Amino acid sequence: MGSNMAECHPVGFQWVVEAQARGATVFHVDPRFTRTSALADHYVPLRAGSDIAFLGGVVNYILSGDHDFRDYVLAYTNASHVIVDGVALPDDLDGVFSGFDESTRSYDHATWQYGGEDVDIVSAAGRRERVVAEADRVEEGGQAFEGVSIEKGGRIEKDPTLQHPRCVYQLLKRHYARYTPELVADACGVSVEQFRELAQALCDNSGRDRTSVIVYSVGWTQHTTGVQCIRAASIIQLLLGNMGRPGGGILALRGHASIQGSTDIPTLYDLLPGYLPMPSVGRHDTLDSYEQRTSSRKGFWANSRAYMVSLLKAWWGDAATPDNDFCFGYLPRISGDHSAYRTAIDMLDRKVRGYILLGQNPAVGSANSRLHRLALAHLDWLVVRDLTMIESATFWLDGPEIDSGELRPEDIATEVFFLPAAAHVEKDGTFTNTQRVVQWHAKAVEPKGDCRSDLWFTYHLGRRVRAKLAGAGRERDRPVLDLTWEYPMTGLHNEVDAAAVLQEINGWGPQRRPLNGFAELRADGSTACGCWIYSGCYAGGQNATARRVPGSQQSLVAPEWAWAWPANRRILYNRASADPQGRPWSQRKAYVWWDDEAQAWTGHDVPDFPPHLAPDAVPPADAVGVEALAGDDAFIMQADGKGWLWAPAGLVDGPLPTHYEPHESPVRNPVQRRQSSPFREQLPHEHNPTNDASYPFVATTYRVAEHHTAGGMSRHQRRLSELAREMFVEVHPELAALRGLEHGGWATVSSSRSTIEARVLVTERMQPVTVDGRRVHQVGLPYHWGPNGTAPGDAANDLFAIVLDPNVHIQEVKSATCDVTPGRRPRGRKDPG
Amino acid sequence: MTESPLSPDGGPAPGTQGVRFGFFTDTSICIGCEACEVACKEWNGVPDNPVGFSGLSYDNTLDLGANAWRHVAFVERPAADGEPFAWLMASDVCKHCTSAACLEVCPTGAIFGTEFGTVVVQDDVCNGCGYCVTACPYGVIERRASDGGAWKCTLCYDRFKGGQQPACAQACPTDSIQFGPLDELRARAADRAEEVVAAGHPRAQLYGHDPDDGVGGNGAFFLLLDDPEVYGLPPDPVTPTRQIAQMWRTAGVAALAAAVAIVGAVFGDRR
Repeated sequence: MGSNMAECHPVGFQWVVEAQARGATVFHVDPRFTRTSALADHYVPLRAGSDIAFLGGVVNYILSGDHDFRDYVLAYTNASHVIVDGVALPDDLDGVFSGFDESTRSYDHATWQYGGEDVDIVSAAGRRERVVAEADRVEEGGQAFEGVSIEKGGRIEKDPTLQHPRCVYQLLKRHYARYTPELVADACGVSVEQFRELAQALCDNSGRDRTSVIVYSVGWTQHTTGVQCIRAASIIQLLLGNMGRPGGGILALRGHASIQGSTDIPTLYDLLPGYLPMPSVGRHDTLDSYEQRTSSRKGFWANSRAYMVSLLKAWWGDAATPDNDFCFGYLPRISGDHSAYRTAIDMLDRKVRGYILLGQNPAVGSANSRLHRLALAHLDWLVVRDLTMIESATFWLDGPEIDSGELRPEDIATEVFFLPAAAHVEKDGTFTNTQRVVQWHAKAVEPKGDCRSDLWFTYHLGRRVRAKLAGAGRERDRPVLDLTWEYPMTGLHNEVDAAAVLQEINGWGPQRRPLNGFAELRADGSTACGCWIYSGCYAGGQNATARRVPGSQQSLVAPEWAWAWPANRRILYNRASADPQGRPWSQRKAYVWWDDEAQAWTGHDVPDFPPHLAPDAVPPADAVGVEALAGDDAFIMQADGKGWLWAPAGLVDGPLPTHYEPHESPVRNPVQRRQSSPFREQLPHEHNPTNDASYPFVATTYRVAEHHTAGGMSRHQRRLSELAREMFVEVHPELAALRGLEHGGWATVSSSRSTIEARVLVTERMQPVTVDGRRVHQVGLPYHWGPNGTAPGDAANDLFAIVLDPNVHIQEVKSATCDVTPGRRPRGRKDPG
Repeated sequence: MTESPLSPDGGPAPGTQGVRFGFFTDTSICIGCEACEVACKEWNGVPDNPVGFSGLSYDNTLDLGANAWRHVAFVERPAADGEPFAWLMASDVCKHCTSAACLEVCPTGAIFGTEFGTVVVQDDVCNGCGYCVTACPYGVIERRASDGGAWKCTLCYDRFKGGQQPACAQACPTDSIQFGPLDELRARAADRAEEVVAAGHPRAQLYGHDPDDGVGGNGAFFLLLDDPEVYGLPPDPVTPTRQIAQMWRTAGVAALAAAVAIVGAVFGDRR
């Protein structure tokens, strides 16, 4: 659901095909009948943007039919936890949970908390830039949107009978009671029979003996309620007992290779390696204040000081000492939202002077790509490093705004530097896949001409900057000059040895002895580690990520194929694969279990639990850190050790998913009165308007197998381009008749942002749905095209507004509105005056 | 245990000359990714085939030819007779017929049957006469406008020497394209066909597997989910040269009849 795996992850899809050969049943729920639907056993059409209504229906189906895996739910989830008095649900409060402040469109989480004595939970996720804004309002040590879990002592009030009206189980039941199969049918445009068939199959295939997996991709994330879509799936999988078990889980298929790696060792503004929060101005002035606000009392986050100090030692080496807070003060601080979309708006407001784009093509690939082109034209300088001459490097010369006459090259002051990049076969390095498997790849050929790797660019840029700063004697330059910037060089082009970087990521102790894992990290400065969760990938000086033992020569878990973080563990939270007493739920699904004789956890995978913590262990009341975990706290990274059906903190937009319509929707919210998420992040700007009701159709973007994202890697490739040379728009025959669109002809698709043209593909694969008695037509727009390359075309992202999920700033391009008319778009020059 | 006829890389093992190799394309697990088309073109240096936007579902290759040696067909089959809408995908290729018409009509010997039972055109011998083009019952082989020569799939004959399997089979992520010894493939395909029919595809059928068909069976055969015509494949292909004996017989009968008539005419009047 929310994934077109066969087209977008065709190599991984081989395992789905293999699972089918072994008897698995595949349901594909999607607004479009795709190549994935073609291979699925059942296809369930769905109105774009109605995912949470559908998933909420599944939750209701499970609870109202008592299909939950009760033993699992009681032991490993927070179902029995009682929420404080004062909690209220959207049914009570007209579409929002308790704690809502209409004037700021934000929540106070006080009424989402667990009841009991002196309990305070703060979760791992959150909107960190709000910390600054709210610092004044939030008491020291109190509830704040921090990086990681904090639990303030205390005993949580629980009701193991699940009868308390404010226990999580009853709240769930009450909240989803209205998500009946009939409501799902009406809201999503599916039939009651199709919905029931799916829900029942999911329940039948879950429990002691069987597990089900849910696969999603950006079809879920690219909504203003994206995070809550995934939360909804988590609730289903926890209720059915499908987490931490073989064949279970939620598979998040990433947008392209090593996106997982780029969040682990992040390209995100608010994270440091290993999901350590980026320090904020005023909140994290010292290492102590950082630790106080980012450590948890219980579990592995209790050691966050050791992770941070080791990171600082990796970056600043001998310069980092206990006396100077290990150079903690050298880290940049965030002072607000510095995400890509906010930054683009800031460019238009002339708040940003320079920009470096590495492997990103916002002029085609970002929502409201026209706004991005206008934004780039407001910079002083722009560096583009890419494999091909992408649109973000040529917007000033021959972009759509130049064609239309809206901009003239001579008026654009942006100085653009294009630096050709090396491809993955031209450099050593690693890819981290969605299973957290870090796989080494070796260079096959030298990069051609001036093409260089990102590692080469970053290292030599740093080297040159340091050379320029050296000798100036300015205190402000110390963070750059004190960096450890010595790496062995190899090859013709003075390429940095990538293995040396991986060794630094793995970390070392005294005498540069490679660390065996993050358990060896210390807060006293004796260890250095570039990313704590990757520690162990180079244990014993051996590059474990380069291992390639074939599947046929090892166990089903395949622990000797490369290396997975953390600790080469292939399934997270796998303590949950055994029952509370430590026995496998069933022999068929045995994975990790307690060996009473050895007094240790054992099994097919590396146990995700303290190795000798007995299943019946109860921690002393004053224990902290790992020692505070009980023997059945399977979800060891959570503040309370339990899987969260209810999120007592951490989410900006509610403790449970509730259906809101997309920012732009032709449909009135069929579930509740409040139309769209009040928390959605809008970036008001003259170039970022919202469509009014004159745009009657649902627009949704996607990819096809033949192209890659914004086209930089495919539209310049003749072999790929000839397979899908022209931008096209997919419409149902009914819509074609309604608008007079001719199959194979041209159509103009428009929104209040922009107007594009595309060839018309009339197909029954784009099904209209009937909602509230009305036909809702969906317009399919692949987003690969832009003006450059051998397969040029208009960019679908021109049509979309920048409106974001409030938790993670991801754009809503899976569901918006548009109009479509026959013929090509208007051409000709406007007077730039 | 007998030695595997396949090398560790999936191509013919050393010493397997004389074993007939081929393709079994199981279209029930084809995801239409077209990696086969790309891999084929990359390995064989096949020129571009710029169709542009065809409008025929996602098929912008349209047909096998001199510049397309693998072709993925996309068929949008409307719901009918209680069966839901289906999107059929199938990667088509030269059939490497047992009784290969192209080879039989080739006057220069440019087309030959290899030691692996495959049919290959030698470009440097081909004189571009085009007899093979009209002879092929599938419309596979074609003359290339730029050089006049006839071109088609070689089943990656050049990769066999290194023990490599054909590029398309190696690139196929779901093993829809399977390469191997033909007798093994035929046995595997028969089992698979039964499975697929039982799984709810009543019209699923093997195509080109039968040594008794009009071309003597194909070296590259298919499991289809519907009748061959649905995919644009001829339902009952026949090697034209097979008709020669019949043609001569027919001609002989006709000649005889004519002779009888003439004799009758000559002698009849005298009656």
